[in-house]
Amino acid sequence: MVAAKKTERLLNLVICLLATRRYLTVQQIREAVPGYDADNEEAFRRMFERDKEELRELGIPLETGSNSVWDDEVGYRIASRDYQLPEITLEPDEAAALGLAARLWQSAPLAGATGSALLKLRAAGIEPPESATGLEPRIGASEPTFEGCLAAAVSGRRLRFSYRTAGRPEAEDRHVEPWGVVSWRGRWYLVAHDLGRGAARVFRLSRIVGAVKAEGPEGAVTVPPDADLRAMVVRIEGGSQHTPVRVRVRTGSCWELRRRAVSVTADGDGWEVIETTYNDPSRFADRLAGYGPDAVVLAPEEARQAVISRLEVLAR
Amino acid sequence: MTGTLEQLPRLLALVPYLLKRPGVPFATACADFGVTEDRLRKDLNLLWLCGLPGHYPGDLIEIEFEGDTITLSDPQGVDRPLRLTVDEALALIVALRTLAETPGLADPEPVLRALAKVEEAAGAAAEPANRVEVALAGEQTVLPAVRDALERKKVLRLVYWTAGRDETTERDVDPIRLVVVDGQSYLEAWCRVAEGDRMFHLGRVQEVTVLDEPASPPAGLASRDLSQGLFQPLEGDTVVVLALEPGAAWVSDFYPCDSVEELGEGRQLVTLRTRGTAWIRRLALSLGASGRVVEPAALADQVREDAQLALAAYSSQ
Repeated sequence: MVAAKKTERLLNLVICLLATRRYLTVQQIREAVPGYDADNEEAFRRMFERDKEELRELGIPLETGSNSVWDDEVGYRIASRDYQLPEITLEPDEAAALGLAARLWQSAPLAGATGSALLKLRAAGIEPPESATGLEPRIGASEPTFEGCLAAAVSGRRLRFSYRTAGRPEAEDRHVEPWGVVSWRGRWYLVAHDLGRGAARVFRLSRIVGAVKAEGPEGAVTVPPDADLRAMVVRIEGGSQHTPVRVRVRTGSCWELRRRAVSVTADGDGWEVIETTYNDPSRFADRLAGYGPDAVVLAPEEARQAVISRLEVLAR
Repeated sequence: MTGTLEQLPRLLALVPYLLKRPGVPFATACADFGVTEDRLRKDLNLLWLCGLPGHYPGDLIEIEFEGDTITLSDPQGVDRPLRLTVDEALALIVALRTLAETPGLADPEPVLRALAKVEEAAGAAAEPANRVEVALAGEQTVLPAVRDALERKKVLRLVYWTAGRDETTERDVDPIRLVVVDGQSYLEAWCRVAEGDRMFHLGRVQEVTVLDEPASPPAGLASRDLSQGLFQPLEGDTVVVLALEPGAAWVSDFYPCDSVEELGEGRQLVTLRTRGTAWIRRLALSLGASGRVVEPAALADQVREDAQLALAAYSSQ
């Protein structure tokens, strides 16, 4: 029951410090709050230090100060206005929206944070509906470095990690100032200023090898106010040039090409010609090779040759 | 868990919670806090002992039990919940922003009102939420019809592309729920053609029509558990082994693999299981020199034949 005793002491400490307007000295606290050692000064000090630490970890705003300029002993109190969640009421449709949003996070640490946030809102009188609208948006974060990257971005600390770039065999060490994390197309990215390269970079979390290591003080990173994190990820990952292309495809196949087709015209029995565009020549050739005998690139010649050379490797 | 870091925040929320709900049934409070009845009793027994310095009867938190209901009076100063922490504010704010910004997922207007209120209540703790952004694939053209069918419980007619076989078919389905997993939207529905519970990727729905027929998915159909991801291996799946060069390392990021063996210099040997193998053939063709089917051997032969057929098509056109 040691844990229960400790919780009881901490709860009494919170109540005591909320009730006082004056800063209470450690000796006043020792007398007012049951559970502190009355005989051993050293043991009491150690225990009080740990208690302060735990209250701060829970986000309880412990204020330190003294009651007058002549008073040189430091005291403690909790200001209600810093402690209390301000009044908040939600209309039924707003509460429903919150209930839906609360189910978004599927994994640590944000799923847990959502749960404790909802407890506080319930305690403020809000009733998020259990919600069974048949709508289940979910965001996972299976990348093991997600928690570390998120924490560094939120607290503004620098990060070191080892990163594997596509097409290169060896991972390289990176030292960055994190600007934020972005989920796009189901993957998490870290957007950061790369100190080694002196420029902003986008890192895919799944390519970070091993653990990330935060270093230096909190708040050391300044994010440029005009940084558009999502736009940076989309620019790097999405591509933006459009080359027109004509492909002859078997009827009913190659649906992903059809989806973005400019036009589809019949071309003999069981075949059609699709006109579309592509961004990345190499990825386009990969995809077209993937269709095998169901698709033949007619033009441009570079795209045609790129597919043929891929197929030649495979046909051996 | 009975650790202080777990219990104290619960107690600090429990006091204002009970204060707002005089006579709340025991079971309701347990459900709202996600704790067992035994745990809640221990919490209440502890609250009872706490209060203002002096700890005389009038200084203590007062709790009354009547039947199976709880009533709290004299909160002794903890009558409001604690402010949201940075992590808590971030979790709610980013989730609400994501809902508001994803077309078709929810009516954005109440979401934005809720967002504004949560941001205001969070105060300074709201700022770090700007460090996180989530972009979901909102299938703008398809989602409104799917939501409408779910809300009014109507049958949907889908023209749907099956990626595994690269073919498009029309089918009537009884919608069960809409799920967004890893940024992609899926409709779980009873497929009347396949006579089975299926997941439809909304990005692959070509056309959608809400029919005037009431939906009736078979009773007792248990919604599948998605906590382990969308794709769960089944018995009878084909085991495929792929050898990947560094340029194809994305494959093991992208597809759920049973195992990934690092061979050094960025090369990998991955094992995965699949029901159909048509998509593996296409994957292997698209990987070219950077990926190779190791097992089953027959599949590797098929990939080679596909490539030869395709080359023949190129030389004749």
